[in-house]
Amino acid sequence: MRRILLTIVLAVLCMAGAQRAAAQDFQTLLQDNADEVADPGRSTVGALLETLIASGDPAVSTFLERWQDRQVVRNAEDGLFYYAGRKTGDTVQLLDIETAEPAAEAPAGAVSEIRPNGGVRREIAGALVRFQLSDPNIASRRAALDAIARSPDADQIEPLAASIEGEPDDTIRVRKEQLVAMLTVRFGDDTAERVAAIESLSGSLSLDARATLNQTLTLRAGVAADLPDANIARVLEPGEDLTPDAAYAQLVEADLAPPRISPTAIRDALAANLSGGEVGGVLVERLSDPAARLVAYDSLAARGFVPPRVTEDEVAAALDSHVFYEVYDEPDAAVTTAAQAMLTRIETAVAVNQTIDLSLDALSLASIYFLAAIGLAITFGVMGVINMAHGEFIMMGAYTGYVVQLFIPDYTLSLVVALPLAFAVTFGAGVAMERLVIRWLYHRPLESLLATFGISIALQQLAKNIFGTQARPLTSPGWLDGALVINEVVSIAYIRIAIFVLALVFLGLILLVLNRTRLGLEVRAVTQNAGMAASMGINPDRINMLTFGLGSGIAGIAGVAIGLYAKVTSEMGQDYIVQSFMTVVVGGVGNVWGTLAGAALIGVLQKGIEWMNPSNTLAAQTYMILFIILFIQFRPKGIVALKGRAAEA
Amino acid sequence: MATTDMAGPGFRPAPDRRPFILRNPSVMYFLAALAVFTLGVTLLSEATGVGFLSTSFVKTLGKTLCLCLVAVAMDVVWGYCGILSLGHMAFFGIGGYAIGMWLMYARTEIIVAESLAASVIPPTPDEVRDAIGSQIFGVVGASEFPWVWGFASSLPLQLLMVVAVPGLLALVFGWLAFRTRVAGVYLSILTQAMTLALALYLFQNDSGLRGNNGLSGLQNIPGYGETSQDVISIAFFWASALALALGYVLFAWVVSGKMGSVVRGIRDNEARVRFLGYHVESYKLFIFTLTAVVAGIAGALYYPQAGIINPAELAPIASIYLAVWVAVGGRGRLYGAVIGAAFVSLLSSWFTGGGAPAINLGFYRIQWTDWWLILLGLSFVGVTLFAPKGIGGLFDLIAERRTPDRTGDYGPNDGAWRKEEGREE
Amino acid sequence: MSTLLEVSGVSVSFDGFRAINNLSIQIAEPELRAVIGPNGAGKTTFMDIITGKTRPDEGRVLWGEKSVSLLSLSESQIARQGIGRKFQKPTVFEAQSVRENLRMSLKNPRGPFDVLLARGKPDDETRIDEIAAEIGLTEALGRRAGELSHGQKQWLEVGMLLAQDPRLLLVDEPAAGMTPAEREHTTDLLKRAAQTRAVVVVEHDMEFVRRLNCKVTVLHEGSVLAEGSLDHVTKNKDVIDVYLGR
Repeated sequence: MRRILLTIVLAVLCMAGAQRAAAQDFQTLLQDNADEVADPGRSTVGALLETLIASGDPAVSTFLERWQDRQVVRNAEDGLFYYAGRKTGDTVQLLDIETAEPAAEAPAGAVSEIRPNGGVRREIAGALVRFQLSDPNIASRRAALDAIARSPDADQIEPLAASIEGEPDDTIRVRKEQLVAMLTVRFGDDTAERVAAIESLSGSLSLDARATLNQTLTLRAGVAADLPDANIARVLEPGEDLTPDAAYAQLVEADLAPPRISPTAIRDALAANLSGGEVGGVLVERLSDPAARLVAYDSLAARGFVPPRVTEDEVAAALDSHVFYEVYDEPDAAVTTAAQAMLTRIETAVAVNQTIDLSLDALSLASIYFLAAIGLAITFGVMGVINMAHGEFIMMGAYTGYVVQLFIPDYTLSLVVALPLAFAVTFGAGVAMERLVIRWLYHRPLESLLATFGISIALQQLAKNIFGTQARPLTSPGWLDGALVINEVVSIAYIRIAIFVLALVFLGLILLVLNRTRLGLEVRAVTQNAGMAASMGINPDRINMLTFGLGSGIAGIAGVAIGLYAKVTSEMGQDYIVQSFMTVVVGGVGNVWGTLAGAALIGVLQKGIEWMNPSNTLAAQTYMILFIILFIQFRPKGIVALKGRAAEA
Repeated sequence: MATTDMAGPGFRPAPDRRPFILRNPSVMYFLAALAVFTLGVTLLSEATGVGFLSTSFVKTLGKTLCLCLVAVAMDVVWGYCGILSLGHMAFFGIGGYAIGMWLMYARTEIIVAESLAASVIPPTPDEVRDAIGSQIFGVVGASEFPWVWGFASSLPLQLLMVVAVPGLLALVFGWLAFRTRVAGVYLSILTQAMTLALALYLFQNDSGLRGNNGLSGLQNIPGYGETSQDVISIAFFWASALALALGYVLFAWVVSGKMGSVVRGIRDNEARVRFLGYHVESYKLFIFTLTAVVAGIAGALYYPQAGIINPAELAPIASIYLAVWVAVGGRGRLYGAVIGAAFVSLLSSWFTGGGAPAINLGFYRIQWTDWWLILLGLSFVGVTLFAPKGIGGLFDLIAERRTPDRTGDYGPNDGAWRKEEGREE
Repeated sequence: MSTLLEVSGVSVSFDGFRAINNLSIQIAEPELRAVIGPNGAGKTTFMDIITGKTRPDEGRVLWGEKSVSLLSLSESQIARQGIGRKFQKPTVFEAQSVRENLRMSLKNPRGPFDVLLARGKPDDETRIDEIAAEIGLTEALGRRAGELSHGQKQWLEVGMLLAQDPRLLLVDEPAAGMTPAEREHTTDLLKRAAQTRAVVVVEHDMEFVRRLNCKVTVLHEGSVLAEGSLDHVTKNKDVIDVYLGR
């Protein structure tokens, strides 16, 4: 991937260079050194490389790349150098050495491939790195640094250190300095220099720095009769630090003890020595008993047919007479001590930053749950109706976004259209559902639960019939791509920030509607005492309809938001409905702040559990649900419970 | 005629001393119908050589009887006690897993014993166990026996698990939920969460139950390898019919008399029952646990006929379908649950199995495999809106014609009205 | 005549509103007591506290000879202690027959297994018939409670209370919505019941209270305003102020 990128960048660069008309033609330069180019030798190629680099020709880096990759060919007909292009039949396409554009064609027989040997290629690579480290293009400098970090080498220290001086970009300079330090830690000449390099890594959070330190601290398990004179990390006690079995296995590995005879080996040995229906004086029928097998084996061993079994006493004696230890590969104790201390410091800092990163993740998850659940909370709070089709409204919103993008190719504009449209569509669907179904079932909440479930499966299947089963994309605009990178550990995708902002906006809007408008006043009145509200001249029918529409409309908006970072499928609603229920139940019914608290708790909890058990999202969900069931034990009415008479209703 | 009147109507000077069954004609009718059905299916099956009904159809009918049994249990807990549990199919699945573990273990043991018998040296018990373990768990990349399989080698213990695991789970969960007076839709959501947690747990490979592969090959009954599936299917059909009969009588007995009064009282007005001095939570717990145990038994009979069980069978949606069957059949009457479960599940397999002919509208062709769920979902909305008493309500119409003075709409629908609680002033 | 129920220093507030404010009342056994007061005086909340439906913020509620604290008991335990309650709005099990309603209320073991395994005792049915006769519902025993008239439902609920055989009967507005003849019958019934047990009647209707001819407690803003005979309290200046307005 990096190479492709690099090549593209360099190719673009080359073209630009060609247009500026290089002082000296690159082909000419190569022709001047044609012999060396065509058949480079390890000891002689250095001079050529110096010449090429000194020319400052923009085509040099591409050339070095491809030279190293054995893509440079020489056409016997004109003696010129080309890059090898596509081969069709017997004809090879030749690409211009400067522009990498198709320039000529030649029969395959006339083209000789230039194959620098391994030593030469290393030289070229070194030169390339040095060349790239000072490349005016920032991307190729970055790529070069990546290459060094990936395969560090003692030789790289010098060119790297030399390139720091002229580095114009601050971040890259810091990176270069770090890289020099890391290389010095591993390949430095004396202890003081290396320890100093280790110290200079302080404050770095990068994986490379940690990898460097870990490499310095590589351990090897060892066993011997006496502790050898080496950089010992620690001495292991069999039974405490490692199991006796593992310790003995280590002894066997080091040829310090005879191997144990495994049950399988015993069986095979017995089978091999079977004669006349018995083995070692034991009848075959009795050999299903493990004890009988041992008796038979021991008698075979006594007669010298098989090696004797190692007894437990022998094992214990062998373990006692040896010392088990872990030894650093790095012989210098001062370096390992410093590296260990630095690693601990860095890991502490990383842990802190990971916590921050995790909190950001949890926050964005919480905003999604909030968006998904707030509509449900409103309808449940005001009407006591659990809308099982809420998840399908989320899906409907997401599909609305998808359809809008089919008609409006501009992603920003389509998003601007999709958000209100999704709200309108699901608002309409919600109002229709309330009018047609829910309002007949107000006094039978359990049945409204099941009726809305019927609608849920019908809508899901309908979406499947219309849009198919495969996932549909809902593409976010370009300016939402990428992530806000704070440091090497902490980063957050812009899309998640956008969802967080969206959740905040809706929190504000809902609070505004509920607390500052006539509609909100009426909604609150109906929530607290429907009968009294009705007698005060509030039309509960209208309120219910509008509330249901509002709740569903927000679900539609949530659908667009969720669709932007997850795939749009007919089943996406199901993924969020249970979490939404949990959010409402945990938060407490009929209260915006409760939903917020519920969403925050669920989001943090889910991320937290995932972090503790990172391999297993299923387990995380299982534990979260169990936690919620227990949580209900202590706060049956949720985090933010309504008090007083209204709550008893 | 409705079972709600089972305790016996009318002014009577002394209590009815007749046996329970005689006092409840609807139970008798049901048992008679079930007996006729069972004999009829047996005679027409391939086991007797008539072969009018294929073995796979007999299995479908046997499975349907198990579904009817779990629907009856659901009716008791929902239609009579007012708890809309979305967890009873999970108990059903647990029963299936419990019996499936033994079926799989015992069958693998036979296969392993056969293959090891060929070896020169007779295997040790450990070797046999290891071989069974790698056979069963190879698919999830393990070979060790997880602790949950501790009893799998013993049929009696595993049969005990069929009853004990759903029972204990229901007891613990019910105790936690009822203790805090979680009721109504809240409780439904909580039971749904429990079901989801269980299904997700089973989906994991390290749950020890083969992750999403589930347990398979359950139709092969260990020790009856020679017996044809024609006969096995009839045996399970009979077992399912017997279980349904016993379960029906048990529940009819439970919901009759004073127990039935209290349970229906809890459904209709929990607070009032509490002020009469009944410990409502104990009653709910009793009903919840008892029905969970019966659901487990139904599952243990179902899955050997289905042949395979996997965690998807325990997903919350299955429990919601169960509620749908009961609602379609008619809540608060046991035969209604049986009718609903049989009707909807058979219809569902007819439609999804491609049995229903596609309708050509000229511009669009309605394939029922695609449209059945939409039809089901919408018809369910229709039933709740327009026929809250379900199919069983039709029997009321017949009964009404006989006794024209029967009025009032005091069905279980009002029982769902939990908001009443706490508003007596 | 010994003290059966002692409520002392009880307060409870909802969202800052003090529904009951340092309320103290003693009920003896047997005794007939009327509790009156304007709307919002805390009459119903007072009953809620005794029956365990509402937990007070402070105060004591002691019961019986052993002075058991009712505050630590659940609703059903309190009911089993011998406290019966009749609600303002008749709450009977409308889907069930009158006989079933009464049978459920009879004083018998209340555990699930007791109830499940209990075979109908002849004594029980006799007792049901007696109660039905007393509340005038003999003819209606087989009918569904939902089919009864409002007055009949009130009777049925009183009958259910009698079937429980409680030591303390809490009756919330028993005469609401009754014809004069029915009221008279109710008065007789309550008076008869009060000969062997404690009966507390919450009532708005002064005429009805007068007919009960018993000690009266006047509640106002959650505490006792006056106590004594009806004539005594109606002469009390505070009571006149409260009822007639200032």
